[in-house]
Amino acid sequence: MKYAFFPGCVSRGGCPELYPATKLICEKLGIELQEMPAASCTGAGVLQEKNELLGDTLNARTFAMAEALGLPILTICSTCQGVMSQANHRLKNLDYRAKVNEFLAEEGLEYKGNANPKHLLWVLVEDIGVDKILELITRPLAGVRMAPFYGCYIVRPTDALEFEDNPERETALEKIIETIGATVVDFAGKTRCCGFPILTINERNSMTMVANHTSEAKDLGADAMITPCPLCHLNLDSFQPKAASQAGRPINLPILHMPQAIGLAMGLSPKEMGLQRHIVNTKPLLTKIGAGV
Amino acid sequence: MDVTIRVKRFDPEVADPQSYWQEFTVSIEDNGTVLDALIKIREDNDGAFSLRCSCRSSICGSCAVRINGHAGLACKTQAATAIKDGVITVEPMGNMPVIKDLVVNFDSFWDKIMEVEPYLKPEGPEPEAEYIASNESMLHLSDVTSCIMCGSCVSDCTVLEVDPSFLGPAALAKAYRFTADPRDGNEKGVSKDRLEELTKPSGMWDCTRCMECVQACPKGVAPMDRIMALRDQAMEAGFTNTNGARHTEAFSDSVGHSGWLDELRLVPKSVGMTNVTALLGYAPIAIQALTHGKMPPIIHKKLPDAKNVKKIFDKVEKPMERD
Repeated sequence: MKYAFFPGCVSRGGCPELYPATKLICEKLGIELQEMPAASCTGAGVLQEKNELLGDTLNARTFAMAEALGLPILTICSTCQGVMSQANHRLKNLDYRAKVNEFLAEEGLEYKGNANPKHLLWVLVEDIGVDKILELITRPLAGVRMAPFYGCYIVRPTDALEFEDNPERETALEKIIETIGATVVDFAGKTRCCGFPILTINERNSMTMVANHTSEAKDLGADAMITPCPLCHLNLDSFQPKAASQAGRPINLPILHMPQAIGLAMGLSPKEMGLQRHIVNTKPLLTKIGAGV
Repeated sequence: MDVTIRVKRFDPEVADPQSYWQEFTVSIEDNGTVLDALIKIREDNDGAFSLRCSCRSSICGSCAVRINGHAGLACKTQAATAIKDGVITVEPMGNMPVIKDLVVNFDSFWDKIMEVEPYLKPEGPEPEAEYIASNESMLHLSDVTSCIMCGSCVSDCTVLEVDPSFLGPAALAKAYRFTADPRDGNEKGVSKDRLEELTKPSGMWDCTRCMECVQACPKGVAPMDRIMALRDQAMEAGFTNTNGARHTEAFSDSVGHSGWLDELRLVPKSVGMTNVTALLGYAPIAIQALTHGKMPPIIHKKLPDAKNVKKIFDKVEKPMERD
């Protein structure tokens, strides 16, 4: 299957390990990714604080580009997914869409309302099917206890994310964990905020959130946490040592991007998955799954 | 139909009070609500089971509880749709202390509502007759004035979970109800004093934008959207000397200029390029990123056709500018 690829800013910036890991597993799964090099940032909800219409116009521009390619959009960032879904939800209103299209006319673009942006997580569960992934598993993560961490934007608000029509979205990450042979560690924090958006505003609260979620999962016996959101990854991995020091306890919970966990189970090497770029040491986890280092 | 409800109980009057779970199976109408089932427990099983309720029509805001982990009105939730794996889980709301069973103490909720001074504060000379407000401006306020003070948003707020000093979604949405009212503030309807107060720590910029409150609100108030509107009002009113406002401005400048986010420069621009102490605090993280190959690109390249993004910025922002 072929998709218009929207990688988002963070997979090319602060989490550069995510982009190649995604490419490699998509290649194995036969998912063809066509880049949209001129597509802009979604605004991440930040631009929308200033001007929602501006954010929606930028997203409509991306949707129009994908329509012109005749391809559905695939993203690997929960925040991009959430912001695009919310914009698309508002753009269902024909008057509003016409107003937005006026701003796109100069570039020769028009959004006709047919975009259906989907995170790789949803594409795997809904379009590709977990059976296809199962066929490619050569190193099941048997015995690994894995905590799902959805974050906010891929689970709320449920109307814009169309959960009613797609109830499997609520437990898609658990389904992936089971498919790659690991055991799900369910915990209350899995759909809470990672704290990243207030990192520079109220670092103390942000670090408390990181410490709460990672230590809750750790205390329930998790060997690793898996997330579909690179922004959550930034806070939960890069800032975990700082959060642990604020909380006054060791945590050391490796945080995997979803494609990395799938890639490891497909037999791809830790290096190909970019695990050497992680801040929290992943070696004990890799030893456990026999992927050595 | 028979429904099985697992409720969290708490009795403060026993020695060493601890909360515990108890399961009941009760019979209600097929289209009955979670509240019907809870009342049935009290009537048929345990007369001491405590809950608040009154109107049973989502108007009074008394019966908010956590149903399957998320806050909402028990009277607005059909029991049949709430059954998960054969059972409905009901707990008291979060972020407020439990008094007994499903009844929580709202003192902090009301204190914060009072803290935002929830009444009109017009400045300048009084008009000869009544204060005039346009129909449009009042229609704009109709969503936020739908608040029934049920506490659902406060219950599920992820910031209040870690910091009880945060004003929280209900009080901030209430504040917006006044800052967006043309009768409040100066002759242009700008509520400068309020906005300045709300930009302080524990105010509007402490929200994480997690949308729990938008999801929980049973009346479409969407408190987080009001908080975002407060941020816009505060920046427009000139209160830009906060990390939050700088972050939004730097983010917007980066996307407007290059089409995407320059992560490397976002943090120093947010804390302030002259705030040496704060910048040094990030040095260990920067070194860590550098040594692990996680540093965002030093040279931030523009996207192809970034000029088209800039044009959209210019066109969309222009008519939005206020006098």
